[in-house]
Amino acid sequence: MKQFVPKKAATVLSIFIFIVAVGASAFRNDAPVKQITFSTINRDSVESVQAFEIVYKTLMSPRCMNCHPAGDVPLQGDDSHLHAMGPKRGLDGKGVYAMKCSNCHQETNIAGLHMPPGNPEWHLPPAAMKMVFQGKSAHELAKQLVDKKQNGNKDIKKLIEHADDGLVLAGWDPGEGRTLPPVTHAEFKKAWITWLQSGAYAPKK
Amino acid sequence: MAKITLNINKKDYPLEADPQMPLLWAIRDLAGLKGTKYGCGVAQCGACVVHLDGEAVRSCVTKVSRAAGKKVVTIEGLSETNSHPVQKAWQEIDVPQCGYCHSGQIMSAAVLLREKPNPTDQDIDDAMAGNICRCGTYLRIREAIHTAAELQKKTGTKG
Repeated sequence: MKQFVPKKAATVLSIFIFIVAVGASAFRNDAPVKQITFSTINRDSVESVQAFEIVYKTLMSPRCMNCHPAGDVPLQGDDSHLHAMGPKRGLDGKGVYAMKCSNCHQETNIAGLHMPPGNPEWHLPPAAMKMVFQGKSAHELAKQLVDKKQNGNKDIKKLIEHADDGLVLAGWDPGEGRTLPPVTHAEFKKAWITWLQSGAYAPKK
Repeated sequence: MAKITLNINKKDYPLEADPQMPLLWAIRDLAGLKGTKYGCGVAQCGACVVHLDGEAVRSCVTKVSRAAGKKVVTIEGLSETNSHPVQKAWQEIDVPQCGYCHSGQIMSAAVLLREKPNPTDQDIDDAMAGNICRCGTYLRIREAIHTAAELQKKTGTKG
């Protein structure tokens, strides 16, 4: 039978393989291989930023932004003008003296075009935590929303729960003569949760 | 229609009313207290301000059902003898011109002075901006509130 490798070469090759194997075993690490874990949270920044686009356009709509003004007077109407009669935020966000929110805003909407909308908890963010939306870029708002020092000390779980807050929901029941936010509450909530659970990435701008 | 008892100026008024009826209607037409005025009907002018458990609510948009079980005070009940510091100051300065808005003005000013006994001009603006006066008596209103604050301090009375 014809040999593919000459006998002498085969012997040399065998000795070489033996030496390499012995050498390699000297560096063998008996410690168990560290288990690689994958987070259940999808930290895909693209998905996160895309979800925030929906969140941002919702929060910057008049139904959300009007109660998150840059100043201490709430905004009003689809054009977000300063609230007629200039009610002030006050320390607790519920107005001052004879100009408290609940003096006009009842527990429910009042029937009729542009009549005061209502909610039992009607208020602005408090003076110590103004949570301003007005004038914020998508980048700025995204950073602010997850900053516990600026969001009322809310962690991700509490932020997710906040999507069903009574006053948040009131944005989708604004009373006659007011446009709704650009997406449904279900669409907003889905985007909100997706954004938060995928890492709450802030858009570049 | 429902049976609702309103406590207005420390007196109970058993009424039959639609729970959705504005409190102003109940005060004026059912309880017969005409001091509180109808102005705009949409919470914009302040002529209809009364106290509901001490807060200056606009009775034209407040449902009567909200007032059940609470204490309502109208201009007639602010004091028994028109001796509330705000009422005295209003007389001293001779604030009103036509007078239509002034029960609302006085009720709002009384809440301000209870919460801020020595208000600044800015406090007065913040508290009274929702009470509109067609006659433009704003400067006298401001002066009268400062006078009422002094009276309150001297006599130790509170709104």
